[in-house]
Amino acid sequence: MIDKGIYVRIRKTILKPNERSENLPKETKQVPYKMWVKGYLQKEADLFDLVIIKTVTGRIESGILKEVEPPYKHSYGDFVPELSKLTEIILNDVYGDKNE
Amino acid sequence: MMFMVIKMNNTYKAVMDRRNEIMKKSVGIDYNVYEQDGIGFDYELMMNSHGYDIEKIKKIQSENMVGNTPLVELRNLTKYSRKYAKKGYGARIFLKDEAANISGSFKARRAVLAVDKAKELGYKGVIAATSGNYGAAVAALAAKAGLKCIIVQETFDSMNVSQPEIAEKARKCEAFGAEVIQLSVGPELFYTFLKLLEETDYFNASLYSPYGIMGIETLGREIANEINEKVGKFPEAVVVTNAGGGNLTGTARGLKNYGATETKIIAASVNLYGLHMASDIDFNKKSFTTGHTGFGIPFATYPDRSDVPRSAARPLRYMDRYVMVNQGSVFFMTQALALLEGMERGPAGNISLAAAFSLAQEMKEDEIIVVQETEYTGAGKHLQPQIAFAKRNKIKIKFGNPLDEKPGKTIVFPKDGSFLKHQEISVDGLRKTYLKRFIDFNLSNKDFQFLSEELGISIEKVKELI
Repeated sequence: MIDKGIYVRIRKTILKPNERSENLPKETKQVPYKMWVKGYLQKEADLFDLVIIKTVTGRIESGILKEVEPPYKHSYGDFVPELSKLTEIILNDVYGDKNE
Repeated sequence: MMFMVIKMNNTYKAVMDRRNEIMKKSVGIDYNVYEQDGIGFDYELMMNSHGYDIEKIKKIQSENMVGNTPLVELRNLTKYSRKYAKKGYGARIFLKDEAANISGSFKARRAVLAVDKAKELGYKGVIAATSGNYGAAVAALAAKAGLKCIIVQETFDSMNVSQPEIAEKARKCEAFGAEVIQLSVGPELFYTFLKLLEETDYFNASLYSPYGIMGIETLGREIANEINEKVGKFPEAVVVTNAGGGNLTGTARGLKNYGATETKIIAASVNLYGLHMASDIDFNKKSFTTGHTGFGIPFATYPDRSDVPRSAARPLRYMDRYVMVNQGSVFFMTQALALLEGMERGPAGNISLAAAFSLAQEMKEDEIIVVQETEYTGAGKHLQPQIAFAKRNKIKIKFGNPLDEKPGKTIVFPKDGSFLKHQEISVDGLRKTYLKRFIDFNLSNKDFQFLSEELGISIEKVKELI
């Protein structure tokens, strides 16, 4: 059970495939149009329940409870060996042998 | 006694049909005032009737930590570029470090006037539809002005996967207290945006309102003034990253209004040919979410596709040339800027820098080329997570000739600096596309005059192209 007042993220289908805009590529037209928004849970609930939240601007939204205390997961990323090679190319171009 | 419950019809079609009345109420401008008989409208009247002159704009910006960013000469990158130029060639490359603005990009120049206007007109909050730096700019300036803020982003594909760069932009908006509404791929973002404007009665801080463009004029003026002070002349060329056209329009107007009428305005975009901007599959196959041809070309050839009836961003009025570079070249130059100049900046802000590295080689060594922006970098908004993300999406990373890059399939880094070259996009070709929808019109002299201004060419040339 997730308590009232906890900060959560919900997801809501805004338009079903048949309600979407006409001029869309096939792969887009066949999936629903969805929205994600964060806010404070208005009544205790379980994950995947249909819930009501209050957003930071005070709006009320409803949707499926997807995430509790949603984290930021983006980062500086995995090591990319190609970037080391890029560095080598640039430094060699500019400093040549002196770069050894 | 009976109560009538009036429920708005919120189907896609019903909301889209109300767009003009919603817009009028939310942007504080009656666009009908500027319409002329025939196809045209009075652009200069639209730009000049909102109570902002250049002194007032400068004052508002400086009070809000916007503008007056450092202009730096990139001596090491200039030297690098000259390595591949003929003797006597290789222009001096200068860079305007727009990352120094309050929210980390030039977009603060645009947001500050929109927020100022919203406050003046008594709106309680502002809304902007953007997955880019503009969201952070509106959110930061709304926070400073004590207004509420909602940012609407296209964020996820249908598998709920988000671009690292867009995830970072959401975080930044939230850091300024904004509500971020995240949507899946599709042009229906506009539908959600309209519904929110109706629900909240907030101000539409559109990128394409006159406020959204006037604020950038200071950037063009600063470049003209600072280059003139440093080297005693105006720059020969300014390269502008082009997406919606506002950056180019505002910068060019600023340069011209300051007197730098001979400076060539060169648009630059990342080549994303072949990727469909409304495709759920293509969405996460690109490494750039803005500054690319998928926005740059349609917005240049049809500016009024934006979220206001008449866009103030009209790049073909000012564009002398349009070039593109590939994704690999922009990443290459982002790395070079860090390694050679000690400036770590976000990749999307370095599109025009990559183009300038190549363009400078066509210019004489006493000529000046100015790159007019940088943007902040951070988690997600950095080449390493972006390239790692591309690899997870099965994009092959190669070293070779960037012209062999296939957007959505490969990213090709130049195998050395000599391979970093821009490609020309025909501006006449864009003008012809713009004119296509008027082919069957019976155009009056006034219409031709409008088209001549719209496309930055003579009436004779308009007649020839149409």
